[in-house]
Amino acid sequence: MSTADVVVIGGGIHGCSAALNLARRGLKVIVLEKDYVGRHASTANAGGVRTLLRHTAEVPLALEARKFWHDIERHLGSDCGYHTVGQIAVAETEQAFEDLAVRDTRMRGLGYDHEELIDADTLKALVPAIARTVHGGLIVRGDGAASPFHATQAFRHAAEAQGVVIRENARVDALEQTANGWLVDHDGMRVHVSTIVNTAGAWGDRIAAMAGETIPLSWFLPMMMVTARVPEFLEPVIVNTARPLSFKQMPNGTLLIGGGRPAVGDLERMTYHIDFAGLKATAQTVRDLFPHLRDIPIMRAWAGFEGRFADDIPVIGPSAGARNLFHAFGFCGHGFQLAPIVGKLIAELVVDGTASLPTDAFAVDRFPTEIDENLSDRIAAHG
Amino acid sequence: MFKRLYERRRPVAFEFEGEEVISDEGDTLAAALLAHGVRQTREAPVSKNPRAAYCLIGVCFECLVEIDGRPNRQACMTQVRPGMKVRRQRAADGTEGGGAQ
Amino acid sequence: MNGPPGADRHTLDLAIIGAGPAGLAAAVTASELGLATAVFDEQFHPGGQIYRAIEDAPERAGAWLTLFGEDYARGLELVRRFRASTANYHTGHSVFDISPGGGLGVLGPDGARWIEARRVIIATGAMERPVAVPDWTLPGVMGAGAAQTLLKGAAMVPEGRTVIAGSGPLIYLVARQLRAAGGNIVAVIDTTPRSNYRRAAPLLARAMLAGNKEIRKGLSWRRDLKKATPIFRTGASGVRIEGRDAVEAISFSVAGRTERVECDLVLLHEGVVPNTQLAMAAGADHHYDLVQACWRPKTDAYGRSSDPAILIAGDGAGIGGAELASEAGHLAALGVAADLSQISQEDAAERAAPAFSKLAGKAALRRFLDTLYQPRDEVLVPPDDETLICRCEEVTAGELRRVAEMGCSGPNQAKAFTRCGMGPCQGRMCGLAAAAVLARASGRSFAEVGHMRVRPPIKPITVGELAALDGVGQPPDMGPLLPTGQEDGAGE
Repeated sequence: MSTADVVVIGGGIHGCSAALNLARRGLKVIVLEKDYVGRHASTANAGGVRTLLRHTAEVPLALEARKFWHDIERHLGSDCGYHTVGQIAVAETEQAFEDLAVRDTRMRGLGYDHEELIDADTLKALVPAIARTVHGGLIVRGDGAASPFHATQAFRHAAEAQGVVIRENARVDALEQTANGWLVDHDGMRVHVSTIVNTAGAWGDRIAAMAGETIPLSWFLPMMMVTARVPEFLEPVIVNTARPLSFKQMPNGTLLIGGGRPAVGDLERMTYHIDFAGLKATAQTVRDLFPHLRDIPIMRAWAGFEGRFADDIPVIGPSAGARNLFHAFGFCGHGFQLAPIVGKLIAELVVDGTASLPTDAFAVDRFPTEIDENLSDRIAAHG
Repeated sequence: MFKRLYERRRPVAFEFEGEEVISDEGDTLAAALLAHGVRQTREAPVSKNPRAAYCLIGVCFECLVEIDGRPNRQACMTQVRPGMKVRRQRAADGTEGGGAQ
Repeated sequence: MNGPPGADRHTLDLAIIGAGPAGLAAAVTASELGLATAVFDEQFHPGGQIYRAIEDAPERAGAWLTLFGEDYARGLELVRRFRASTANYHTGHSVFDISPGGGLGVLGPDGARWIEARRVIIATGAMERPVAVPDWTLPGVMGAGAAQTLLKGAAMVPEGRTVIAGSGPLIYLVARQLRAAGGNIVAVIDTTPRSNYRRAAPLLARAMLAGNKEIRKGLSWRRDLKKATPIFRTGASGVRIEGRDAVEAISFSVAGRTERVECDLVLLHEGVVPNTQLAMAAGADHHYDLVQACWRPKTDAYGRSSDPAILIAGDGAGIGGAELASEAGHLAALGVAADLSQISQEDAAERAAPAFSKLAGKAALRRFLDTLYQPRDEVLVPPDDETLICRCEEVTAGELRRVAEMGCSGPNQAKAFTRCGMGPCQGRMCGLAAAAVLARASGRSFAEVGHMRVRPPIKPITVGELAALDGVGQPPDMGPLLPTGQEDGAGE
């Protein structure tokens, strides 16, 4: 049996970031990844490095994470393909622009000024290829995009350089709490640790269940498409506010198109199939916003399993049921940019018992439970 | 590079890189270009090395050309049409207008 | 023959993809059994590869049919029966997706549409195994099958000095056909290793019982070619292409001695493998065939795959040649008819018996040929680091070996590490060799390492074509994307 201080379950970008940060705090860490590092959501996403249009609970984390991204080569020894190209939410309709204006006012009221409302002329000057019918947008000039694959690899290599042991094809079967820690069983092997960190993504609830905790995670399969190479015409990342879209041109000229429309699949068998009705709607959005792309071929479409919660923000923090267990999963399709900071916060929670940024909104026990609802009904029925 | 065994039945004229090519109705564009002696039909996307058709059945995607301003067309899967304007596919680094991968 | 475009949408029993021998035979049988059938063919005339331009044959001189042998003539009969059938034939239509359960995305000259069929038969046949050797990407290097396609389809023959190099029945067939058509074959370089002959010899007797004619024909072609070709070599290896902007020469080794032949056209061939793009994209289970050294869909005797709505017939299920492909198409249609209760399972079995018998009868010949022409290791795992494995994205064997050392575990991971498989051909040309190089570098079997996952669109579709896709409903509503005064945020 091997021992360590921490087992991190799930070797995606969040798992590798948590492992790196824990190792930097002097802990001995083993990462158990059931497939290979970055197999799922970490490399299936669009690589958007975005503070733009975040849920207000995520904003402080995203702003802190942005500092890492701007200096990522120093932190990880790799530039991760990151470029500060800016991100722009585009309003196709007047109503959408009004909604952005409302958002802008609210954010400033909360003390945030990273988002900037821009009018149609400014937008068209920034994105000359965009349809002339746009109404304006909301921009964060300090946002950008990175390569999900290279970023995940960079976290992995940095973690391993700090002494983290990463086991791939390592599937956790059982967790058993002991007096001062946990016994973790995987593939006929057993690891004895003080603490478990659960970064198992779309499978996070299964790991939690092994520890006796019920967490209402669901999952979905946001689809992505990539086109053939196109001569360079776009710098910032474009997200759409009326219709789902995320849209960027990669350094090699290909266009990466997302938006979150779901594929249909089976988490158990890890299979899925592309839904062409959804892809069609996304293609219409692209065609309407960038008419000159009409004849560009789509080379490939794919999707990745993402964990999700009903309120569209993840679970970050200590288990509500078991000691020495910490969760960071269910990022609802927008976890990539947060990876540098969430890993740090998890390490702080494990080592110091508190985090340097507010994490209450992400508490694992924030969901109303089924039992609670029935109980209150029964109480009401008895008068 | 390749010669026809039979006379053209119904000649079809089109343009390749500004030059007139006389093909036969029913020819694939790839075949017509080979009969015309064209050796290179595209640039490799990274090295820009010369490339041409390999499989001629739609599998290798080497025969990509630009037809009437639309890039990424498989010449072996396209039938010749009168007046088509065909160009080599360029590597899409933006230096050549219209050529995209 | 061709119904109105919208007609297929709601009443289609069977969609057949491909109009080669398997597709044509399936359509004929399905039509005879009263199934509402549509055939989608990316070509503009029926026949697939082997019967390419068959309908032009009578118009050309009688020598044309002789040139291509009696197999070809058999094809003419099959195509006539197909034309006379009730199957709707859609030419110039490529299938860009098959979803589990029988949905098809089809792209034709007038746009893209989604079609639901109760059953789908994939009859997309085979492709030549890509022969990755140094500088194989130079213009003037093609598959031997490509030259045959040009000969049959466009009635063109190579001018200039032509070399045919490789292994398999096709190299003698193509060399012979090109010579007869006036081509200048300066060299035939057979790479079949001597050890293959030794291993195949014990199977010869049974093979002769199964296919006496085919074997004798093959031997006589070889004899004729040996006499007529200036440079005729056997047991060759280490093939390399030379040239700057186009091929200028080919070099190879025989018994340790290197030889160089100047030429204008090189035709490479190392056998054919199933074209598995659609079957893999549809999610059908596949297994690695050690003898044919390729992936094949798992099918039952009628061609049913692991998806009950999808069958695979012909060379796409496993290499067997045109005659066996016709039988397989016939069987698949019988299977569909039984599954859709058009005929009983017993009736299907009875009608299938002659086809099963024929397939069994040819099995010994198949085994012999598979053993004799089993690809040698340097074909499966190209040894030179500078050899391009991924032509589309220009990834070399050396680069793949390097990322294997970095922990890249297989062809799917390699896509992210190197872009191998991310180009327009979607892994058709590099899939087998990339997986083999990675497997060898990490000490695992080809089966263990797995195959490249195939994602749609299987054939290119533009943004505009996809935006105008007919036949799909509205996608699920995504809900509000912008904060609406509550605490929520946007997509990703």
